[in-house]
Amino acid sequence: MTREFWKGNEAFAEAAVRAGLQAYFGYPITPQTEALEYMSHRMPELGRPFLQAESELGAINMVYGAACTGARVMTSTSGPGTSLMVEGLSYIAATEVPMVLVDVVRGGPGLGNIVPSQQDYNQMVHGGGHGDYHQIVLAPASVQETVDITYNMFDLAEKYLTIGVVMIDGSIGQMMEPAEMPPMLEIRKDIPDWAVRGGKGNNRRVKTSIYFAAEDMEKTNLRMMRRWQQIVKNEIRYKEYFMDGAKIAVVGYGSAGRIALSAVRTARSQGLPVGLIRPISLSPFPKQLISEIAEQVDSILVVEMNTGMMLDDVLCAVQGKTHVEFYGRSGGVIPFPGEILKEIERISKKPKKDGRHPRDLWLERMESISV
Amino acid sequence: MATVDIKNMEVVYERPKTLINKITTYCPGCTHGTAHRLVAEVIDEMGLSDTTIGVASVGCSAFSYDYFDCDFVAAPHGRAPAMATGIKRVKPDRIVFTYQGDGDMISIGTGEIVAAAARGENITVIFINNANYGMTGGQMAPTTLPDMKTTSSPHGRDVKKMGYPIRASELLSTLDGASYIVRRSLHDAKNIRKAKKAIRMAFETQVRGLGFSMVELLSTCPTNWHLTPTDASNWLEERMVPYYPIGDYKVHPVLNEIKI
Amino acid sequence: MPLKGTIIVDENLCKACELCIEACPQHVIALDDEKITPRGFHPAYLAEDGCTGCGICALVCPEAAITVYREKPARK
Repeated sequence: MTREFWKGNEAFAEAAVRAGLQAYFGYPITPQTEALEYMSHRMPELGRPFLQAESELGAINMVYGAACTGARVMTSTSGPGTSLMVEGLSYIAATEVPMVLVDVVRGGPGLGNIVPSQQDYNQMVHGGGHGDYHQIVLAPASVQETVDITYNMFDLAEKYLTIGVVMIDGSIGQMMEPAEMPPMLEIRKDIPDWAVRGGKGNNRRVKTSIYFAAEDMEKTNLRMMRRWQQIVKNEIRYKEYFMDGAKIAVVGYGSAGRIALSAVRTARSQGLPVGLIRPISLSPFPKQLISEIAEQVDSILVVEMNTGMMLDDVLCAVQGKTHVEFYGRSGGVIPFPGEILKEIERISKKPKKDGRHPRDLWLERMESISV
Repeated sequence: MATVDIKNMEVVYERPKTLINKITTYCPGCTHGTAHRLVAEVIDEMGLSDTTIGVASVGCSAFSYDYFDCDFVAAPHGRAPAMATGIKRVKPDRIVFTYQGDGDMISIGTGEIVAAAARGENITVIFINNANYGMTGGQMAPTTLPDMKTTSSPHGRDVKKMGYPIRASELLSTLDGASYIVRRSLHDAKNIRKAKKAIRMAFETQVRGLGFSMVELLSTCPTNWHLTPTDASNWLEERMVPYYPIGDYKVHPVLNEIKI
Repeated sequence: MPLKGTIIVDENLCKACELCIEACPQHVIALDDEKITPRGFHPAYLAEDGCTGCGICALVCPEAAITVYREKPARK
């Protein structure tokens, strides 16, 4: 397969098409609208349903309907749209049907702006919709990774009857990089044995999230949790860079991780023993790995494009075994490698160990930005 | 260059005070600017700038609060009628208007606008219909004409797959709660004059406590229609006016007595 | 004999959309190729005699950039 120049938003759309996507329902929202526009000609070209819904609320419910028929279906959106979709996601999770969501993250909260951030971490990783459910959240850092993860996500979602979220920073959706597309899969012809399709009597199937009897609702929750346990066991993904002999570990995902890698490379060339952990699965989170790293290093620096969301997961995994600091830019501001390098240099010389929460320490250092 | 001495001349027209003196970020020739100007003129003429609260929406309209010299709030996409309701219910003596585009009002916002009109909410809605989602780059909107090409209907709007456009004025006028629902156009001077009168009537509806008022303004989007401003005005007249007839769809009887 | 009029176009607001040029019944407005506004446009201006101060240009201007003047009618 040839490598071509692909724009992130169009790349994930094409990757989904090749994974046998059977329907796309979406709505315009910057910075992912190119995906909608791409699908508006690519899907009809292949004779597959495409529809621009009346809103994200409409779109997620169209996805819900199609998912109940066992079709490979997806939607894509950004923060304000994701917020509208979380009611639907809760229903889809409780109905135990698979779907794929691509969240192309912009600045916020509120209407915010159209520049990249990592503001949706908590919403996607720790909930969003009501109830006890977990969704797989994978965070690529390049267009190629986005292609590979999106292509694979449909299998994952179906294997575990779960929601698969590909969460990319707005920058990745907008940037163009060389990428190789995976092979075109045929649309599945079989219908899963749980899907609605037309049946009656003993043969009929009902897909619902209603469980009036509390015991039945509890059984559903336990069933979902047991599948989640399997996901935690099997689907942790991450990349490590320069961790050999590292005494400082930088932890960052997506674009933040990619930018941090530049800083880590420079720091290493200066002789500083620093490495990078780039989690790819945010949900399930690589807790075990972080816990082990905490035993190896003197300090961990968490870098994010928000005010510290993955930070809390890192702190939880570290369990106080090592010193943790934080550096974040939010609202759509993207950090430069130099900023992260300065933090690495500061921590290697004199980490701030006064027992305070890393977010408080970071806010203090951000005082130079008057609000 | 022709120069004439203005010392002995009277001013026939000058920029309304309620329109803040700054260049807009709207595209050259975009009739958002015209609509803003007309609303500002009406607010000036009725002396309402101290008592008006505007509700901006999401689209190119999101920037409207930069250009009116009055208080404003910014609603999420489609929710302006609900926010306006919240404001008007706690502050009934204020004049509350929303400024919404077609994607905002009649796609994602259908629930809110129908509910506000049905409730007879004493607010004024300025509805800009330019047949596409302008801000996000020209996607299909509920008001996109059949066969019209947009970035999400690249081969033209196929009514069999994507359905028919929505005529919002006709739709909302069926509601008993609506008091003044009219459609005007901004494609030439004659129609702009009529549009101004309609906007005035809409604000009069609110001032007199007569209920829900909306003025639908057929507008151009030169950039996303890929036409010059002049050609866009002509296209509006030739293609949109036949589909969205200019007219009065609901007029409260008391309003017929008012002479402006 | 129609009254004499004139217009002043605010160059900080004009975006050279040409709607006024198209709408002017006397065809006396044009874009000034000799000038460029801070925003990079050739602003509209009164290029010829014949303005009657009818105000149609200001009516169609999306930027409210035009102020229209007209001589006061002669009083007996």
